[in-house]
Parts: sequence; C-alpha cells; structure tokens
Amino acid sequence: MLTALLKYQFLQNAVLAGLLASVLCGVIGVIIIEKKLVMMSGGIAHASYGGVGLGYLLGIEPIFGAIGFALLSALGVGFVKRRGGASADVLIGLFWSLGMALGIFFVALMPGYPPDMSSYLFGNILAVTRADLYLTAVLTGAVVLVVAVFFDSWKAYLFDDEFARLIGQPTALLEYLLLATIAMSVVALIRVVGIILALAMLTAPAATASLFTKGLGSRMAASAALGAVFCFAGLTISYYTGISSGATIVTLSGAVCLSSYGVRALADAHTRKHAAMEHSREEVSEK
Amino acid sequence: MTNSNQPALQMQNLSVYYGNTPALHNVNLTVDHGEYLGIIGPNGGGKTTLIRVILGLLAPTTGSVLVYGKPAGHTDVKIGYVPQIAPLDRRFPITAFEAVLTGRLGRGLVPFHRYSKSDRLAASEALERVGIAQLAERRLSALSGGEFQRLLIARALAVEPKLLLLDEPTANVDAGSREKIYTLLAELSKTMTVILVTHDLLAISSQLRSLACLSGRLVYHGEPQLNTDTVRALYGCPVDLIAHGVPHRVLGDHHEEGDNLVC
Repeated sequence: MLTALLKYQFLQNAVLAGLLASVLCGVIGVIIIEKKLVMMSGGIAHASYGGVGLGYLLGIEPIFGAIGFALLSALGVGFVKRRGGASADVLIGLFWSLGMALGIFFVALMPGYPPDMSSYLFGNILAVTRADLYLTAVLTGAVVLVVAVFFDSWKAYLFDDEFARLIGQPTALLEYLLLATIAMSVVALIRVVGIILALAMLTAPAATASLFTKGLGSRMAASAALGAVFCFAGLTISYYTGISSGATIVTLSGAVCLSSYGVRALADAHTRKHAAMEHSREEVSEK
Repeated sequence: MTNSNQPALQMQNLSVYYGNTPALHNVNLTVDHGEYLGIIGPNGGGKTTLIRVILGLLAPTTGSVLVYGKPAGHTDVKIGYVPQIAPLDRRFPITAFEAVLTGRLGRGLVPFHRYSKSDRLAASEALERVGIAQLAERRLSALSGGEFQRLLIARALAVEPKLLLLDEPTANVDAGSREKIYTLLAELSKTMTVILVTHDLLAISSQLRSLACLSGRLVYHGEPQLNTDTVRALYGCPVDLIAHGVPHRVLGDHHEEGDNLVC
C-alpha cells in the first residue's frame, strides 16, 4: 500500500483526513465522555443529515447544510437544557429521528434523479477531495485551538461546572462553545466515517485511552494517537479487502476498545484476588 | 472594600417557591462576620435551597438576601463553596493537587492561562491545612470519601474566602473523618465566617458558635443547644432523635451480629 500511497493523491487525502479526524476525536471524544454527552453527539450527527438534504435541495454544498443543522441542533438542545424545559434526553431522541426524516424529505422534493446520499451515512474516506481536506483542517484547527487556549478553564468546568461558575468562569459560554465544537467535529467526521459511524470514532479511542492514562491532556493525546492508528490500519484493511473504509475503521476501533475493557476487567479482578490472598496470609502469620 | 462590621449574611423575609410549593417561607436570618453557624434540619427542610440562594444560583421568590452588603450572586467578597461530594465524578482524570488548583483560576477566560508559583503554593498550603498534603499527586478515584471531602474544603480554601459555605460535609464520610472535619472547621472559623449546612445532629456538639434550625421556615436561631420543642418542630418526632442523636446509648449493648438493632 505504501507505493500506492506515494502514487495516488486520493490515498494521500484519505490518510491526511484520517489523521486530522483522529486529532479531533482525541480531543473532543475525551470531553464528551467525561461530560456524558455521547448520545447528544449522536443526536447532532444524525440531525446534520437534514442539512445534507437541504443542501441538495437548495443546490449548495451539502456539507455546509450539515454544518448549519449540526450547529442549530447542538445550540438548540443546549438552550432548552439550560432553561430546564423538556428533558434533554427526549430532545436528543427527537432531533436524531427528525434530522434523518428531514434529509429524506428534502431530497424527495428535489426534481430529477435523487443523489446517492449513502456516502454521508457511511462515509467514504477514499472520496475525500482537496476541498474536503481543507475544510477538515480548518475545523480541526479551530476546535483544538479553542480547547488548548482555554485549557485550565475547560479543566475546571469539566470537573465541576457549578464551582467553576461560582469562582467567576463563564460556564454558559463554555457550554455553548463545547456544543458548537462537538457539532464541528461531527461534521468533520462525516466525510471520513459518515453520520452513522461517527459515534464510534468519538468514543472508541477516548474510551480505550481512559484505561491507561491519568491526566486530561495525556488522555487526549493518547486518544488522538490511537485514533490515528485505527484510521490507518482500518484504511489498510479496506485497501486490501475492498470492504468500505468506514466499516473497517469502526469495526477495528470497536474490537480494540472492547477487548481492552475485557483485559482491564481481568487484570483488576486478578489484583483484587491477589490483595485479598496477601491479606489473609498476613493474618495467618500474625497468629 | 467591604468593612468587617458588616454582617456576612442578611436575609429578610426570604421565601422561595417551586411552583405552588414553598421550600422556604419567610426566613429572617442575620449572620455576623466571623460567625460559625450550623444550619440543621430534616431532608426537604430547605437547606440546599438556602445555600443555592446565598450563592446566587437561585433567585428568591420574595424577600432579599445580602452577602456582605451586596445582593447574593453580585458580591465582591470571595465565597468558598464546598458542595456535596455525591454528584461529582470521582473518575475525572485529575490529581488532588490539580483539583485544588482550580480554586485559584479566578474570573473570566484568560487565553493561555498558566497557574503562577503563588497559585501552586496556595494550593499546597490548602492541602496541608486540611491534612491531606501527602495525597497531592493521587488520582481522585484513589481517595476515600473523607479524603475527597477534605479535598473539596481545600479547593474552597484555595479561593481565600471570607465566607466558607459547606453543604453536608459529613454526609458520605466515616466517623473518623467526620471528627477531623469538625475539628478543622472549628479551626477555620477563627479566621473566616463559616456556615455549615447539615442534617448531622452531632454537628451541634462540634464547637458551633450558633445554631439555626430550618424546616421550611426558621424554627430556631441562637445558642447551639436543642430542646425538645425545637426538635419536635423540626422532625415532628422526638423519639427519632434519641436513636440518631445519642447513638452511644444504643451502641452500649450492641453486638457485631446485631447491626440492625441500632435503628
């Protein structure tokens, strides 16, 4: 694959897009797991499908429609949640389905042949264009910058938002900023793994990293590195087997994540048993 | 600057309603600077509501709340808040030291903020003051309930507060830690105003300088002593108090197998 990588631009684009997406997922994935916003992110991803449909209908670039819908749904859920209105859970479920329905609805209103929208659902990293790459780079840069520049504030807010608010941190702003960055990340992931598979990219590397890292920053870095490995390995498998790249990347990520959990559970059980045995041995020798 | 003769807290005719239900009704309470006040009351007695109002997280339905002369939430005096530990995520990936350091963050978003040397020093001192300096590099997940509670007190101290506000600081800790926390609070109350909200009646014997009893309304405010009338007004049932408040008498003929005898 290496020679092909040097030869073909589409493969280079694919690898670069994968790397950028991994950095994005590393940073945002850790945050959404800590803040328990995984389902919210899923809702935003699916809501953006409505934007893709609207983009086709209006004849604009569908990904811009996706950005609009993702942002609106993220900020909308955030607003209602802050106002203590309907439960966020219900809203997320609603946005989730409504977004998909609107996507189908808008495309049906289009005159002529309906476009193939499956690349938005399942992603097609091999079809990433230069323009897509620039967009992903800008989104990744913006998100990483927002997190890095205010890192101490994020840390305080993520640990205990009420305390952060009481010492004068603008937690409402941080919350909306967080929702907006999640929306941006989801859009960036659509080209790589697609709407339906985006959730695994956001969670699997971060969850795996959480098993062996201790600090917030190191967890983000490890998660980004893992994501990059998953992307590159998944892409390689896809290249040799001809299976869709989104599916190989996500299956690989999921398998590694789940087996790490398993190994960790076994190791923990062993540690406990060992400690208990050690303890009773000491008791015996004391007698 | 605020002058020290000003009361730390002044509540006038404070009422808070959730819909048609009163959580607090017509509470008048003045707390002087340097006071060590314990507020006790049953669950649902409005203790948490009172704290949220003082912090400015909840607006009074009627009446006024002044913290060092300014409306709650708009005071320029630093308040050290110690929340209940239960809702916090103990698996969050930071060390005890880093958690205390967040108390030094200050107001607003500062691009590329870095904690200064004096911030780090203050955080170390705060950890030392609550007696867990040796745990500074521990993960939160490796702390016991009592240690975590003292960590939150250290974080509040790192703010350098004039008023320390604690919400049930002994709710999830073992008996030994509870003792340590009460000793610590008595010590701290020499240099700052301390308001302790709790349903732990043992707090009364912990060097409080005054006591307020809250059960929807203010039942009692004065010397840290309870009489039967106050207890009846608070809990409606004095027998309940004997079992919980004077456990040693019950524990006298207590055997290891008979744990359930205590209640």
